[in-house]
Amino acid sequence: MATFVVPANVSIVEDAETLRKACEGWGTNEKAVISVLAHRNATQRKQIRQAYWDLYQEDLVKRLESELKGDFERAVYRWILEPQDRDAVLANVALKKSSDYHVIVEIACVRSAEELLAVRRAYQARYKHSLEEDVAAHTTGDVRKLLVGLVTTFRYEGAEINTRLAKSEANILQDAIKDKKFSNDEVIRILTTRSKTQLMATFNGFKDDQGTSITKALLGEPADNEFKRLLRIAIRCINEPLKYYEKILRNAIRKFGTDEDAITRVIVTRAEKDLLDIKELYYKRNSVPLDQAVAKETSGDYKAFLLALLGKQD
Amino acid sequence: MAHLQELEALTKALSGLGIDEQSLISILGKSDPARRTTFRQRSTHFFIEDERSFERWDDHRINLLRLEFVRFENALVLWAMHPWERDARLVHEALTLVPQSYRVILEIACTRSSEELLGARRAYHSLYDHSIEEDVAIHVTGSERKLLVALVSAYRYEGPKVSEDAAKSEAKLIAKAIKNGDKKNPIDDDEVIRILTTRSKPHLKAIYKHYKEVSGKNINEDIEAADFILKETVECLCNPHAYFSKVVDEAIRNDADHNTKKALTRVIVTRADVDLKGIKEEYNSLYGVPLTPKIDDNVNGNYKDLLLALMTRD
Repeated sequence: MATFVVPANVSIVEDAETLRKACEGWGTNEKAVISVLAHRNATQRKQIRQAYWDLYQEDLVKRLESELKGDFERAVYRWILEPQDRDAVLANVALKKSSDYHVIVEIACVRSAEELLAVRRAYQARYKHSLEEDVAAHTTGDVRKLLVGLVTTFRYEGAEINTRLAKSEANILQDAIKDKKFSNDEVIRILTTRSKTQLMATFNGFKDDQGTSITKALLGEPADNEFKRLLRIAIRCINEPLKYYEKILRNAIRKFGTDEDAITRVIVTRAEKDLLDIKELYYKRNSVPLDQAVAKETSGDYKAFLLALLGKQD
Repeated sequence: MAHLQELEALTKALSGLGIDEQSLISILGKSDPARRTTFRQRSTHFFIEDERSFERWDDHRINLLRLEFVRFENALVLWAMHPWERDARLVHEALTLVPQSYRVILEIACTRSSEELLGARRAYHSLYDHSIEEDVAIHVTGSERKLLVALVSAYRYEGPKVSEDAAKSEAKLIAKAIKNGDKKNPIDDDEVIRILTTRSKPHLKAIYKHYKEVSGKNINEDIEAADFILKETVECLCNPHAYFSKVVDEAIRNDADHNTKKALTRVIVTRADVDLKGIKEEYNSLYGVPLTPKIDDNVNGNYKDLLLALMTRD
């Protein structure tokens, strides 16, 4: 469920005018920017961009890029883009830092098959390369095999489960883990081609059989290398995305020196999806409301923007 | 003498691709018992002398004839189909015939546009409740799996923008892998796979061009020795008209086997709305004879009429 609040009566033209006024003259009226954008859904934001262009022959996004700064600017920029365009930008940025490849796994595994397709289209439109082209060029070996497989799959989205298959593939995974051959072709085949429902049945079968979840089973020796890390993230994103996001937030907020990129990413990408559920999970796990934790670790307009997305009404 | 001519006509009606239904009706249909006996006695490739003094159909021949009778039906059904369903069914059928049918999979993956391939993947979901990559991965093993799964999953950038520097350096990479062919099969080279399965077609054509400068020979001459599947992949991606011409020519030959013959229907039907004109031109330039009369000579009946209708539609 979405978290931010959209007022009952919205005038797109007025919004465009408000934003124009906020950007005119010296400095920017950040509060006005937040009061509009943080309270509009994706369709409305798209309409506002269009109206702004129609009225002022200027790209609202470019204008905001030049007016705003820092974490606040990054958050607003990502928020105002359409979801598939946003994911394309996130993927492209993530490719530049090898420690950020989990963002690509996130996008590939949490989005639906159609959403991932839209991301691939948006990526091509923006960067004149296919997503898989760039992922493959920036990675090598097993990590490449896994990531390219994850971003190119167009998973069947039906609810059918083949129990026998789930059992046999759970065994294949178990054997791979036992033999410490985590990156063998079969593991990658299963993870990168099977439907999500089938995979969840496989992971459940694994748990029933082995008494421990597959992600826990993957924790043993050897210590996490990059491939193993991404493999576990892929499994968690497919199996329990809410818990995955809660953990990302928990780590981002707890870490010495807050990870604003991670906080922005989770809040902005999930605000229209399941941020409410993530908030509940966060509270259950940490006994502190997410809003409070975010408010403690962030400041200024960036903080105000995040809190608005989290549901705060002015 | 009319007998001899009729016999020849009947033999021709039952040889080659498709069946000449009209001749069979007018000659055999109108024949009296004596004529038919002569037909059986003289057609030793269709009938065998039974020990109990009668001429018996060779069962193997009946089965082959069935395939020829049904060629028209299959072509018509395929022609009427939505292109997406067509490609999905062709791949699904090919998967039951691997490894002889690898060519069909890579043909479809490499010669369709990005959107056409995507459509085929959607249709595959509807028809078979699995994703195409899921089934390819299960049915194809070894080195070919990596190539074919990646080929069917690609969503190549379709714009004209090409980085000549990248194309040059990737041509060098491929040349090196091919030169090392006796130590390691190029199909096992991660970089070869990456380049062939993620780069855009214009980019690959640029690589084709640069390859000659780098290695002295054309890539398809060098790759000839290496791996048949790799060679056909490169051909489909860089020179589809030559590839299709070759496949059609093989299908019309007398010694063609069942699978090779099926390719005639597949190519004509799937390319009729796309680039048959280009294929005909390339065929003429490769083999020195125009394709249409060749089809006229070697194909029979309604099947022939349908193919010619598809081929002469401009």
